Order: sequence, then C-alpha cells, then structure tokens
Amino acid sequence: MWRDAALVAGKDLRVEGRAKVAVNQVAPYALVVLLLFGFAFDQDRPLLVQAAPGLFWMAVLFSGLLAVQRSFSIESADGAIDALRLSRLEPAGIFIGKVVAVAAQLVVLEALLAFGVVVLFQSRLGGAGLLVASTLVSTAGVAAAGVAYGALCVGLRARETLLPLLLSPVLAPVVLAATEAWRAALGLSRGDGWRWLGILACFAAIYLAGGAIGFGALIEET
Amino acid sequence: MVLTARLRSAVALAGRYPVLAGTDLDVTAGEVLVLKGPNGAGKTSILRVLAGLLPLSAGDAEVLGLDPTADARALRPLVGLLGHQNGLYDDLTAEQNVRFVARAARRSPDVVPSALERLGFGGRLRGAPAGKLSAGQRRRLAIACVLAKGPRLWLLDEPHAGLDVEHRELLDDLLREVAAGGSSVVLASHEQHATVRLADRVVTMAGGLVLDGVIVAGQPPGTPAPSCPDVPRAEVTNVA
Repeated sequence: MWRDAALVAGKDLRVEGRAKVAVNQVAPYALVVLLLFGFAFDQDRPLLVQAAPGLFWMAVLFSGLLAVQRSFSIESADGAIDALRLSRLEPAGIFIGKVVAVAAQLVVLEALLAFGVVVLFQSRLGGAGLLVASTLVSTAGVAAAGVAYGALCVGLRARETLLPLLLSPVLAPVVLAATEAWRAALGLSRGDGWRWLGILACFAAIYLAGGAIGFGALIEET
Repeated sequence: MVLTARLRSAVALAGRYPVLAGTDLDVTAGEVLVLKGPNGAGKTSILRVLAGLLPLSAGDAEVLGLDPTADARALRPLVGLLGHQNGLYDDLTAEQNVRFVARAARRSPDVVPSALERLGFGGRLRGAPAGKLSAGQRRRLAIACVLAKGPRLWLLDEPHAGLDVEHRELLDDLLREVAAGGSSVVLASHEQHATVRLADRVVTMAGGLVLDGVIVAGQPPGTPAPSCPDVPRAEVTNVA
C-alpha cells in the first residue's frame, strides 16, 4: 500500500509541478480571498485580528476545494481513472497517495497564507508548537475528507458545484477546531489549544481511516 | 480450443437502459476478434464488461477464468483496455505516462523503453508532454501504455482512430504479434481496414446483441455463420 501511495503521490506532484495550477491559480486566489476579508473588516482592526484565525482557515477551505477538484480533474480529463481502476494499485494506496499530494500543496499554501495574515492583518504568530501541529493535523483532515468526497463526485456531471456543497459541511468541525487551536496558540483565547488539537486528530484519523477503507467502493461508483 | 472469455445471455445496464441485452460471445486464446456494428450497438459495453468495469445484471460470464462481476478486482490487472479516451496525463511526458502504467502494473522498468520504441516514440518525443502530442501520437502513446502493462486480454475501442497509414500497419503488426504470443485481442472498430487486415473473426452487433458470430473464408457477407464455439480456428481467416 505504501509503495502505491508513493507512486500516486509522486505522479500527482509531478503533474502539479509541470502544470503549476496551485502556484499560478490556487495560491493567488487564496491571497485574494484573504485580501477581501481584510477589506471587509478594515473598519474594525481589532476585530480583524481576533477573526484572523477563522479567516485563515476559511481561505484554506476555499483553496482546498480547488486543490481537491484539480486532483480529480487530472484523472477524469482523459479517462485515466479507468486506468487506475484497472491497475494493480491498492485503492487505499491511491487514496493515501492523493491525500499526501493534496496535503503537500496545502502546506505550501498555508505557509503563504500565514505570511499574508501577518502582513495584511498584522497578526503576531506565536505558540509555534501548537500552531504547526494543529496546522499539519488539520491539513491531513482537510485533504483526507477532500479526496474521499472528490472520488465520490468525480464521475458526476455537476461535480464542480456538488463537491463544495457536500464537502463544506464535513469540514466544518475541522475548520472550527483548527480555528480554536490557532486562537489559543496566538493568545486570542484562554481555551486549551491542545484539547482542540486532540479533537482535530480524532477527525483527521476518522477521515483518513474511512477514506482508506471506502476509497475502493467510491471509485467504483464513478 | 482454450477460451479466454465467454459470455452467455449477458445483460448489462446503463442506468435502466440495457446496453447488452442477452449477449453470447466466445473469445479464444490467441485470436483477434473484431466487433462491428452501428453506434450504440453495445461494442464499448462488451469491452467494459470483459474488463470488469461494467457489472452484469444477468447472465453468465467468465474472463481469464474469473467472473468479471464478482472477481473484478482480480481480473482488471490482467486486461488492457484502450477506450474512446486515452487515459493519459497531459502534464506528464510520454515516458512518464508509460512508466507510471508499468509501475502500477508491477512490471519491470525495462518494459518502458521497449514499449515506447515499439510504438514509434524515440528521441525527443519521449520527453514531450502528452498534452502537446497530436491525436495520433496520443493514441499510439495510449497503446504503448497497454503494451507496457502486458495484459493477457487486449480490449481496444477504435484503436486505429487518428493513426496514419504507417502507424496503422505498425499497430496491426503489434496486435498480430500479441495474438501469436497467446494473448487475445478484442477490438471494436467501424473501419473496414481492421476487418480486412487484422481479424481472425468478425462479430456484428446491434441493439446490445451479437447478430452473427463468424465470417468464414469463402462465404459471402451475410451468409449465416456457425456459432462461435464450433468454429475451429483453422477455418477462420481474414475476410477479404
């Protein structure tokens, strides 16, 4: 399974390396979203600082939807999904590989967005351990749920609109917990950030395990 | 006579529409079988059933000793399917596409250069992104991917589409070699070319059914043909 995962992740990242959709389209879009949030709350600077973690994760959510759609559009564009189904690759390996590729792109994007939050919202990043840990665990959860729902939608005619509709509610707990963990890390709330990290880890584990088990059936339905 | 695939009263549905409506078909080891018929006859559907991608709703089927519905996961790695689409990644090079298929099929990396070479991908063409190739080159690259996979049953849907005369002949030679090596080839084609130059046997389909099974040498078109399993391979030749 891990060999298959490495093969699929390598392929997806190689495709992305050449196409540069994440760099040329998704990242600028994420920054524009962040900028628009900044305009929307510009009149109330303290509120903007308070809301920065939530705005950051909303921008990650929007960008993640695009990354997931891209991950499956490369499979459906020329019917490569059939070749995957006809291969010897383990479905769980394909799932993990796609999660790794999406997560790798999201991590780069999040670094860029974190820089944007500091510059645009004048937030001070602190609590590095909690911040990094919660970001990585949340990213795993977003990528896992995204890939599972992306597989579900890949064969559907209205997949571009259906994926955000189906995926956003599923990711709501991750966005909520990640926001709270960030708020605690940045000293914006008195809550226990590590407790939120535990909740995030539970969701990520559920999405990863569920996706790995169910991915074979999901790509059968396309 | 060793059977590679056998369908009996096979029914397959696309939604509620029967794309195969009680089809019988035999494919013997080492033969090139051409499926003919109008659009919507069920040619593509029969290929997908044989590949284990389209489950049967009724009837019996056995492909390479496996049930294509119940044992689909085990069957799929053993077949190579070239559909209407090529199944390529536009942003990978020709070589990267074939390498990915070979690795996903657990095959030796040595098959990659030979598959590319066999389909006419030499020199700089190997490093060209698939998205930059012409329609014919993409078709050839997709066939190279099937070759690199090394299937026991080749399922090809209009494989000559977009190919020039030189590469049609190259493909014909390849498929004859594959069949001579004991693998079976089932190809759906509208083209007279495939029927005349390549086929050991031609099956005509319409409305999700096999109409007539075999065209035997010396018989004018339209002559009722014996049923598929009864025709010894020696009696079946290319149709002029």
